[in-house]
Amino acid sequence: MNAAALPASADTRNTRDTATDRGFRGLVTAAGMLVLVALGAAAFSMLWGGRAAFGKFGLGFLWSGTWDPVGQQFGALVSIYGTVVSALIAMIIAVPVSFGIAMFLTEIAPKWMRGPVGTAIELLAGIPSIIYGMWGLFVLVPVLAEHVYPWVDAHMGQWPLIGTLFAGPPLGLGMLTAGLVLAIMVIPFIASVMREVFLTVPGRLKESSYALGSTRWEVVWDVVLPYTRSAVLGGIFLGLGRALGETMAVTFVLGNAHELTASLLMPGNSIAATIANEFSEADSEMYRSSLIALGFVLFLVTFVVLAIARLMLRQLDKREGN
Amino acid sequence: MGTSPYGSRRAKNLVAQALAVLATIFGLFWLVWILWTTFSKGLGSLNLALFTQMTPPPGETGGMLNAFFGSVVMSLLGIAFGAPIGVLAGTYLAEYSQKSWIGETVRFVNDILLSAPSIVLGLFVYTLVVAQMGHFSALAGAIALAFIVLPVVVRTTDEMLRLVPSQMREAALSLGVPQWKVIVQVLYRASLPGIVTGILLALARISGETAPLLFTALNNQYWTTDILAPMANVPVVIFQYAMSPYDSWHTLAWAGAFILTLFVLVVSLAARAIVSRNKIVHD
Repeated sequence: MNAAALPASADTRNTRDTATDRGFRGLVTAAGMLVLVALGAAAFSMLWGGRAAFGKFGLGFLWSGTWDPVGQQFGALVSIYGTVVSALIAMIIAVPVSFGIAMFLTEIAPKWMRGPVGTAIELLAGIPSIIYGMWGLFVLVPVLAEHVYPWVDAHMGQWPLIGTLFAGPPLGLGMLTAGLVLAIMVIPFIASVMREVFLTVPGRLKESSYALGSTRWEVVWDVVLPYTRSAVLGGIFLGLGRALGETMAVTFVLGNAHELTASLLMPGNSIAATIANEFSEADSEMYRSSLIALGFVLFLVTFVVLAIARLMLRQLDKREGN
Repeated sequence: MGTSPYGSRRAKNLVAQALAVLATIFGLFWLVWILWTTFSKGLGSLNLALFTQMTPPPGETGGMLNAFFGSVVMSLLGIAFGAPIGVLAGTYLAEYSQKSWIGETVRFVNDILLSAPSIVLGLFVYTLVVAQMGHFSALAGAIALAFIVLPVVVRTTDEMLRLVPSQMREAALSLGVPQWKVIVQVLYRASLPGIVTGILLALARISGETAPLLFTALNNQYWTTDILAPMANVPVVIFQYAMSPYDSWHTLAWAGAFILTLFVLVVSLAARAIVSRNKIVHD
């Protein structure tokens, strides 16, 4: 009698469980797909929002240097130039420094020091970018304007070929300052990626090299770096992606000027800074559409850079899996 | 001495090590300088009015009560929207996608979303929500923040679930427990500290986000609890006040910056503490 009841109840429980299982699978799959949809929708919505600007100016939007809200003429060149130049300055400073920090934290520092110093560097990554911006504007800019840029203008401004880059009035605001603040911001990101990938190098490789009489520097440069090359490049691109899209810190110290100048000491603009500064005061449809179109350009550029970064980081993962 | 091959190698090694130490000092130098500035300027401008009064017009005294309230509301809503979806999507990646190409694509896209510029997400939510509703609102701000929370939580959930030993799944499944129950009652419980850490990291990240809120929640000089209206929030108030020419506003901006930085540091340290404590237990 029990034998007759048991299969029936187990059966209904089974069907119920199967149905719930199917429902749960559907739910998590939908959530996963939402991630894909989010990125696609972000791209599409900006293309849609910028359609008026793209329609009116065509591809010329990308290389026109005019930005004239009154005359309703908009071009992205000055902003793109500022974004690229400030990010490049940041990378020139940040890459060697990050490499040094990663080398210090994995090979040089005594064991007890690695944890706290690593944490401190990573805390630098957590500070909100608006704090960097405020500190840059109120603290760094006056120091640079009074003590550093006059010297840069007087000495480096005289150098042949690249002198024009460093000649200019010591305002404190401008590309070089923005590049420096960006460098401070991306150093922790690049350094922590480099540190992590350096730690994946098998100990026996390093020990073999040390056993042959290599110095620490030779181990890092000839063993660790070749082994992790693609992931290190990935980390650098990750930092570049961040530098290109960083908004608040740059907005404070760039100076918001829509002019192309050769000097790095002059105020400029970047895509993100232009959008942040002008979006709330954009009064016409075309103005707002042009700003969203700028956002679309930024999205495309960072997407490519970040995709390269992730592909390169993945190569090391694959090797580790072997 | 310099002529022997070993001498030059040793010299190169010493120079490289010295430069590495200098690079680390360079990195820490900025951290100390920025924190010192924020704390010294911020502590000097702290007072009770900061937490009891509304944002003032230029020249008058006031506080940032409405901004603190707005930030709390929008951050909590952002977590409430973003975290559950993130946990589910992370579950999909770790437990269901089984190395399929679509799972790998989702993981790849999520990694890109993780480091995508937040200003881009702000513009996205502007066209998605604000332009459709016709006005700025706290709800739009919360949605923009949810898009920043999402990839952080997806990533940590995915990683934490994959760390759970497969014996646990097999043991539960062999008892006849359906898969969804294995996930909800066994795997989530095992990886709870990790998932909470992910949510805390997301909270630390969104509490300082400014750019996405500029186009969505905007700002509001007055107290409001209506999430369909523009709402004040700490980062945008700091931005507006710091860029203004008024000294009284600068002081308030520093006080806000101090509270914000303190909050972010405490939350990230808490997240770290959870991770390290949990690691010890597993070892």
